[in-house]
Amino acid sequence: MRTLRFAAARLGGTVLVLLVVAFCTYIVFYLVPSDPALMACGKPCTPENLALAREFMGFDEPWWQQFLTFLGGIFTGRTFGTGPTAIHCTAPCFGYSFQQNADVLELIGGRLPVTVSLAVGAAVLWVVLGVAVGVYAALHKGSWFDRAAVAGSVIGVSAPVYLVGLLGILVLGFQLDVVPVGNYTELSEDPVRWAWGLVLPWFVLAFAHGAFYVKLTRTQMLETMSEDFIRTARAKGVPERTVVGKHALRNVLLPVVTLTGIELGSLLGGAVITERVFSLPGLGGLLIDAVHSRDLPTLLGCTLFAGFLVVVANAVVDLSYGLLDPRARLT
Amino acid sequence: MSSPVARSVPAAVRSVLARDRWALAGTVAVVVIGLVAIFADVLTAIEGHDPYTYDSTALDPANGLPAGSFGGVSGEHWFGVEPLTGRDLFAIVVHGARTSFLIGLAATLVSIGLGVLIGAAAGYLGGWVDRVITWSADVFLGFPYLVFMIALGAVVPADFPRALLLIIVIGFFGWPTTARIVRSQVLTLKERNFVKAARTLGASPWQVFRTELLPNLWGPVLVMATLSVPGKIGLEAALSFLGVGVLPPTPSWGRSISAAIDWVAVDPAFLLFPGLALFAVTWGFNALGDGLRDALDPKSGVRR
Repeated sequence: MRTLRFAAARLGGTVLVLLVVAFCTYIVFYLVPSDPALMACGKPCTPENLALAREFMGFDEPWWQQFLTFLGGIFTGRTFGTGPTAIHCTAPCFGYSFQQNADVLELIGGRLPVTVSLAVGAAVLWVVLGVAVGVYAALHKGSWFDRAAVAGSVIGVSAPVYLVGLLGILVLGFQLDVVPVGNYTELSEDPVRWAWGLVLPWFVLAFAHGAFYVKLTRTQMLETMSEDFIRTARAKGVPERTVVGKHALRNVLLPVVTLTGIELGSLLGGAVITERVFSLPGLGGLLIDAVHSRDLPTLLGCTLFAGFLVVVANAVVDLSYGLLDPRARLT
Repeated sequence: MSSPVARSVPAAVRSVLARDRWALAGTVAVVVIGLVAIFADVLTAIEGHDPYTYDSTALDPANGLPAGSFGGVSGEHWFGVEPLTGRDLFAIVVHGARTSFLIGLAATLVSIGLGVLIGAAAGYLGGWVDRVITWSADVFLGFPYLVFMIALGAVVPADFPRALLLIIVIGFFGWPTTARIVRSQVLTLKERNFVKAARTLGASPWQVFRTELLPNLWGPVLVMATLSVPGKIGLEAALSFLGVGVLPPTPSWGRSISAAIDWVAVDPAFLLFPGLALFAVTWGFNALGDGLRDALDPKSGVRR
C-alpha cells in the first residue's frame, strides 16, 4: 500500500514537472515577438492571407487557450484547418511543423534511433570503463596506473567533448586513418557498419564522460575501503574478491547510478553537440535546423521531449536505488 | 556538531597554494588568462592586429588557407590567421578570453547569488517556503536547460544584447545546485548557539543572514563558485559552438572551434589555439576548485 502511494506520488510529481516545463516553454516561445504565421504565409503576404494562416495554425486564439489546445492535442489529436486542405495530427500530437509539413512526433521518432545508438553505446562504454578504471586505480593507489588514470581523468573532465571529438577526427580519422569519419549506417541495414561508423563517437564521448566516473569511483572506492565494515569483512575471512566485488562495489555504484541517470536524461542536449562534430543525422541536427529556420512547433516538441527524458531518467534512478541499497527500498 | 568551515577562507587558500602544486598550477593558468582578458587591447596593440579586420594578403589565394606553414604562424601573426578571412587568430583568441571570462564570471555571480539567497531562505525560514523552494529546485533540475537555451537562441530578438542574454540564462539555470548545498549548510548553522542567540535578541531573518550565516558560508560558496565557473565558460562556448551563443563578429572560442570543424584536416592550427585556451581555463578553475574543496571540506580528504 505504501509502495503504491509512493509510486502514485512519484508519478503525480513527474506529470506536474512535465506540465511546468511545457508551460514555461510554451510561454517563452509564444510570447517572444516572433510570428510563425507570418513566416508561413508566403509572399506576397496580404493581411487576409496572414489572418487565414493564423486561424489555420490556431494562433488566432488567446495564448492560454492555445496552450490548453496544445495539451488537449496530446491526448485527443488535433486537426488544423477544415475541408480538403485540413491536416490531421493523430494523438499523441506534440505539434505539427508547418515548415516541414510533418508531425513533430514523427520527426523526433525518425531521428531518435541515431541519437539513441550514439548515447546508449557510449554510455555502456563510459560506465563500464569508468568504473573499472576507477576501482582498479583505487585498489592500486600510487601505482603508475593510478597516476595515469588520475591524469587522464583530469584531462577528460576539463576538455570539452567537441574538442576531444575534433582531435579524435584529426588524429585517428585523418592522420592515422584507422577509423571512419562521419558516415552513419542504419542498424537494421548493416549492424557491423553501424557499429564501426560509431566507434569514434562512442570512444570520444566515453572519454569525455568516463573521466568523471573514474574520478568519482576512485574517490568513493578509497573512502569505502577504509570503512569499518570492510575491515570487519576482512577479519571474518571473507575473500578479498568478495570484499571488493560485493561489499565495496555496492557502495560505489549508488552515486554512479545517479550520475548515469542524470547524464542519460540530458543526453539530448549533449547529443546536439556530438552530432554536430561527427555530422550524425540525429535529434541534435533536428533541433539545430529548427533553431535556424525558427520552426517553433519542432522546437517546442524537442524541448518537451528532452524534459520527458530527464524526468523519466530521474524516476528510473529513484527506483533503481531500491535494488542497490536495501535501506532505500520504497516499502 | 561539526562546523561547516574547517578554518578561515584566506588561510585555507594560502595553504592550498603552498601545498597543492596542481592547485597552484591551475591558479597560475587562471590568473594568466585572466590578465590576458583584461589587457586584451594592449596585447593586440603590441602584436598590431585586431580580431575584426579581414586580410586577404595573409591567405593563399588558391584555396583560402592561411599562407605559410602551421596556419600561417609568423612574427607578424603569432597564432596564424583564420582561413578564408585572414583575421588574426591571436587577436581572436585573446579577445575570446574576454568574452569567456565576462560571461563565465558574471553568470557564476548570478547563479551563486541567487542560489545563496534562495538556499538560505529555504534552510532558515523552513516551513512552506522550504517546501516550495525544494520543489522548484527539483523542477529546475529536471528542466532540459541546454535544449531550452538552444531553442531560446532562435526566438529572442536579434537586437537583444547576446552577452547579457547568455549571462541571465546560464546564471539563472544554475541556482538549484547552489541552493541545495547552502540549504543543508544553513540547516546545521541555524541550530548553533550564536544563531539562536541572535534570533532570541530579536534579529530579523535578513540580519541573521548577513551577520551570522553569510560569514560562515564563504568557504563552501567559494568552492562552489570556483568549480562552477568552468561549467559556465564551457556552456557559453558550447552554445557559441552551436551558433546560438555570442554572435559574430564578437570573438568566442566556441565559435572559432566550430568554424575549425570544416578545416580540421587541412589547418589543424585553427582548432588548436582556441581549443587549448578553452582547455587551459577549464582545467585551471577545476584544479583550483578541487584544491580549495579539499582544504575547506574536511570530509573530502582522500584524493591523492
